[in-house]
Amino acid sequence: MLHLSESHSESSAEGLRPIVHCLSIDKSYGQVKALQNVSFDVAPGELFGIIGPDGAGKTTLFRILTTLLLPVSGSATVDGFDVVKDFKAIRKRVGYMPGRFSLYQDLTVEENLNFFASVFNTTIEENYDLIKDIYQQIEPFKMRRAGALSGGMKQKLALSCALIHRPSVLFLDEPTTGVDPVSRKEFWEMLKKLKQEGITMLVSTPYMDEASLCDRIALINKGQILKIDTPANIVNQFEKTLWTVQSKDMHRLLHDLRANPLVDSCFAFGDTHHITINNGQLTIDNLATYLSDKGHEEIIIHPAKATVEDCFMEMLR
Amino acid sequence: MKILNDIAHSFRLLIINCSLLIKRSVFLVFVQKEFYHIFRDKRTMLILLGMPVVQLILFGFAITNEVKNAKIVVFDSSNDDATRRIARQLDASQYFSVVRYVKSQQELKQVFQDGNISMAVVFDERFNENLLHTGKAQLQLLTDATDPNTATQLVQYASSIIGDYQQELMEQNKVPYQIQPEVKLLYNPQMKAAYNFVPGVLGMILMLICAMMTSIAIVREKELGTMEILLVSPMKPIYIILAKAIPYLTLSSINLVTVLLLSIFVLNVPVAGSLFWLFLVSLLFILVSLSIGLLVSTLVNSQMAAMLVSVLAMMMPVILLSGMIYPIENMPPVLQWASNIVPARWYISAVKGLMIKGVGIAAVGKEVTVLCVMVVLLITVSMKKFKIRLE
Repeated sequence: MLHLSESHSESSAEGLRPIVHCLSIDKSYGQVKALQNVSFDVAPGELFGIIGPDGAGKTTLFRILTTLLLPVSGSATVDGFDVVKDFKAIRKRVGYMPGRFSLYQDLTVEENLNFFASVFNTTIEENYDLIKDIYQQIEPFKMRRAGALSGGMKQKLALSCALIHRPSVLFLDEPTTGVDPVSRKEFWEMLKKLKQEGITMLVSTPYMDEASLCDRIALINKGQILKIDTPANIVNQFEKTLWTVQSKDMHRLLHDLRANPLVDSCFAFGDTHHITINNGQLTIDNLATYLSDKGHEEIIIHPAKATVEDCFMEMLR
Repeated sequence: MKILNDIAHSFRLLIINCSLLIKRSVFLVFVQKEFYHIFRDKRTMLILLGMPVVQLILFGFAITNEVKNAKIVVFDSSNDDATRRIARQLDASQYFSVVRYVKSQQELKQVFQDGNISMAVVFDERFNENLLHTGKAQLQLLTDATDPNTATQLVQYASSIIGDYQQELMEQNKVPYQIQPEVKLLYNPQMKAAYNFVPGVLGMILMLICAMMTSIAIVREKELGTMEILLVSPMKPIYIILAKAIPYLTLSSINLVTVLLLSIFVLNVPVAGSLFWLFLVSLLFILVSLSIGLLVSTLVNSQMAAMLVSVLAMMMPVILLSGMIYPIENMPPVLQWASNIVPARWYISAVKGLMIKGVGIAAVGKEVTVLCVMVVLLITVSMKKFKIRLE
């Protein structure tokens, strides 16, 4: 299942040497297995998403690839260098933006950027064109202390700092967690622009709706990779019938839908419930009748196209 | 042999790196950043720069075991010429002030139990008569020995005053060849506590600022997550450490100067010996403290833990085992032995020699050697322990 559909994915750029290469990585903390047999390749210039819930092992994986942790077994290379042996070479080449805001809160925006430029033996001017679009948005506040910035602006500053040395691979660990929806959207647009600059990016996120913005994604849960493919392929491979259901009392609705033996699965998705149906035994009208018998009002049922989240939930079952 | 090789290797690395990083501006940028952290945290900076002043003044004036105007009572059953003169002389001295005359043993007992009295002088009946006729008279000095150090001092002062009177008496009666015991207090003739506390406070301040602040500053980067970014950068870990140490080295030097100025001009403790060597030995001690801070930072992961380890594992031994408050000679052998591993003990001893006694550097050679060995060992161990990864 692991590499099932890799061959016909659109952008795995066959023939090119992968810029990030993981082979059966295992990692455990004491008894807890954080990563089990994780393998994947990322092609140069790809925007690769690692999608999974909290505790799935995303941060551990990123830390292994950025040479901060050692794998128990397995091997990985980044830009052709081994993450264990050649850690110094990797540290010169990659950009890393950890999950938490990790800049100096008591330094100003400009001081932070200057500092990280110096740490990477470069200057703001040298790679200004790369960060220009991002940095210009926070430049009016460059004399402000980083701690006094809003969440979205902090992300932009952190991204600017991670990009200042024009890294060959950029690791973004949950960059949009705790950021408002508008800033999240802006952030992904920035990543798209960076992709055009030819920078390979690995992004981890617990938000399934962001998966479709990546070239390819790896779905990960409990330290194991469930699937690697383009978002479109993953969605297309969803074979079951999917409906969205709404009524006045959403909480009781979830309960009643799960009680129906013909409903295969039912999950709450924001303001609707997504249900899958056991093949052909149930029609929308039948279900509407069943629900109104149960006393539900304002029932709305629509057929729907699966999202990455539906696929993920299906895989977890 | 292996340890020696390790040490030699570590220091070669250190020297090579030092010379390299002076040429590189990235290091200077890093040091500048550290200074920003310190200067922008006004409260911490105030504590760092104000603490030596407050401590020195506290120890120098408030918490002192100097005897000054100790309250005494007199139980004079004789009430003659001699007893009145002795009481007057005690009262006139700067050490004592007679606050009360009591009339009975009961009253005396009561006054002591009330606790406001440090000493009682009890004259025998017919004191003057006995003194003039038999040449012998008795008086009793009762002290509150719950504080034994003060009690001993009180008795010493009182005996000395009584001795003075006795001598005066002898001279008047033209009796020759009277030998009086003479107590001479070397180095600290007035028994000024400041002589003891200045080296102690110096040791404590330098240890506190260097060790605690350095460890906290490094651990803070771990806690904030910035250490992760710094590790995933071309910056060598040793630069990170050295850049952290330099601002605190500077701050400690400022504190050193403050403490010395205060002790010379406010507490009137002169620097008897060479100022140059005093500074050099202090610098050596600062290095020991910095490397302890470095070692602590490699062992813990939170600022709170760094602070606790610093206070419990370093401050307490410095205060209790360094000879700053309790003389090392009075400790049980086990603690005397344990005090050997407390760097401040050696530093305080060296400062007492260089600053108070005014001896040359050769006289404190042992202390300096011990401190040198400690620096070498601590730096070697902490460089070995420094993690270039997160685990």
